[in-house]
Amino acid sequence: MKVLVPVKRVIDYNVKVRVKPDQTGVDLANVKMSMNPFDEISVEEAVRMKEAGTATEVVVVSIGPQQAQETIRTALAMGADRGILIKTDAAVEPLAVAKLLAKVAAEEKPDLILTGKQAIDDDSNQTGQMLAALLDWPQGTFAYKIEKDGDALKVTREVDGGLQTVKLTTPAVVTVDLRLNEPRYASLPNIMKAKKKEIAEKTPESYGVDITPRLTVVKVTEPAARSGGVKVEDVAALVAKLKTAGAI
Amino acid sequence: MAVLVIAEHAHGALSDATHKVVTAASKFGGDVDVLVAGENAGSVAPAAAKISGVRKVLKAEGETLRKQTAEAMEALVVPMMAGYDAVFIAATTTGKNIAPRIAAKLDVMQLSEIIEVVDQTTFVRPIYAGNAIMTVKSADAKKVITVRGTAFPAAGNDGSASVEDVAAPAAQTKSEFVSEEMVKSDRPELAGAKRVVSGGRALGSAEKFKEVIFPLADKLGAAVGASRAAVDAGYAPNDYQVGQTGKIVAPELYIAVGISGAIQHLAGMKDSKIIVAINKDEEAPIFQVADYGLVADLFVAVPELTKSV
Repeated sequence: MKVLVPVKRVIDYNVKVRVKPDQTGVDLANVKMSMNPFDEISVEEAVRMKEAGTATEVVVVSIGPQQAQETIRTALAMGADRGILIKTDAAVEPLAVAKLLAKVAAEEKPDLILTGKQAIDDDSNQTGQMLAALLDWPQGTFAYKIEKDGDALKVTREVDGGLQTVKLTTPAVVTVDLRLNEPRYASLPNIMKAKKKEIAEKTPESYGVDITPRLTVVKVTEPAARSGGVKVEDVAALVAKLKTAGAI
Repeated sequence: MAVLVIAEHAHGALSDATHKVVTAASKFGGDVDVLVAGENAGSVAPAAAKISGVRKVLKAEGETLRKQTAEAMEALVVPMMAGYDAVFIAATTTGKNIAPRIAAKLDVMQLSEIIEVVDQTTFVRPIYAGNAIMTVKSADAKKVITVRGTAFPAAGNDGSASVEDVAAPAAQTKSEFVSEEMVKSDRPELAGAKRVVSGGRALGSAEKFKEVIFPLADKLGAAVGASRAAVDAGYAPNDYQVGQTGKIVAPELYIAVGISGAIQHLAGMKDSKIIVAINKDEEAPIFQVADYGLVADLFVAVPELTKSV
């Protein structure tokens, strides 16, 4: 089984984002960037499939600026085989990302595309599902467990209230959730080895995809701040406060 | 101008999330129709017909739609969109699964988890887990929108819409429902609960989590939540997770027990009406958002609180 894993370069998970004073977006200057945490989980899953002998090749693809190559290198150091960078400095919306990935899928013909369930920057949670629709493939979103079942895949999904299992024919798109696995840290020898792995460079134009945004950002603002509260002395004081506030 | 709302329902009961989505759809304007699809649609449709402001209810039943798989829902909804300017659906795991498939087929950019409808082209949605709020304008002819339930009040129940049948799409063979394993609980559902008691890593073990958090939650009639750290440590199932990567809640009362208040957790609960934090570390960031903070050993304070409420 050949696995394609899209990865996105985003502001690091632990960075407190700051809204720009001119309200045009968030400040990305001199901010630590990393691989989207959900994408790390999909890379890990693909690499585990390869180690288990279920996957034959793991190809990672990233759409973004030149620096997105570093994100691809991280995935290669984790164990992916080769990378594709679709280079653009423009902001690419999920629909356009899905269109580009559909073109990559047509070329690479993977049996499985493993994506993160969402990126932690725009929180859209759309790309995997859109890609599945454009390819007319089945989808298994928010995966908690992925098992091979003959030629099919059994995907156990995190749904409100519990877990749901679906069986998908391949090729399929699966988006991964938090509990699927715990991504590894790349070892130094593997980081060195990753430097020699191949990364092909493409552009949105080379795929003939129009990435013009459909949405215009009017403004980006800080969320309403919560006014600081009070500290209470003990449990009795807390209960009294809650009773006065009508909360209990 | 007409809007289609896709109803959220399970086990024959209409979810309150649908009422909230109808409120959001009404703000968009035009006639609001509600689509009830899947198993038990027949018993859910009358409840949907009572939602205030609904013009008509469309009911679609059939084996293919049984569990509302995204592939079947796409096949049902995409042709229906010829008659609608927008489709609204709750930003639940069901809605998030379905909506982008519909958007891609309509070649439009979806607007995810909106918290405000400004006008028919302009919407407000949180990004970076709520650490920034984006106002965005859509140039697409049709809008595909998921709605964050906590941001809209529920519509009333004084409607009397008609119910019409819609044919289910032909069977598809690419995906098939196998089974589900739902967590059985007498406690309210986390996302819609009026009160939530959440535990963090300071609980130390799954046993202590149960022993300390559950009695207080049960006494208050509250849902149980957990921080990502507690989930990662195996103290609580992922379904309990409140935060950027878990559930977004906004109850009347949120009690954070032994939770330090990582950005990721605050993102999931800071819109709660009253926040109580109980933590040994007085420097914990959770105190910056708490209305009432108690610096104390949770293993002493929480049982005492359980006794006093």
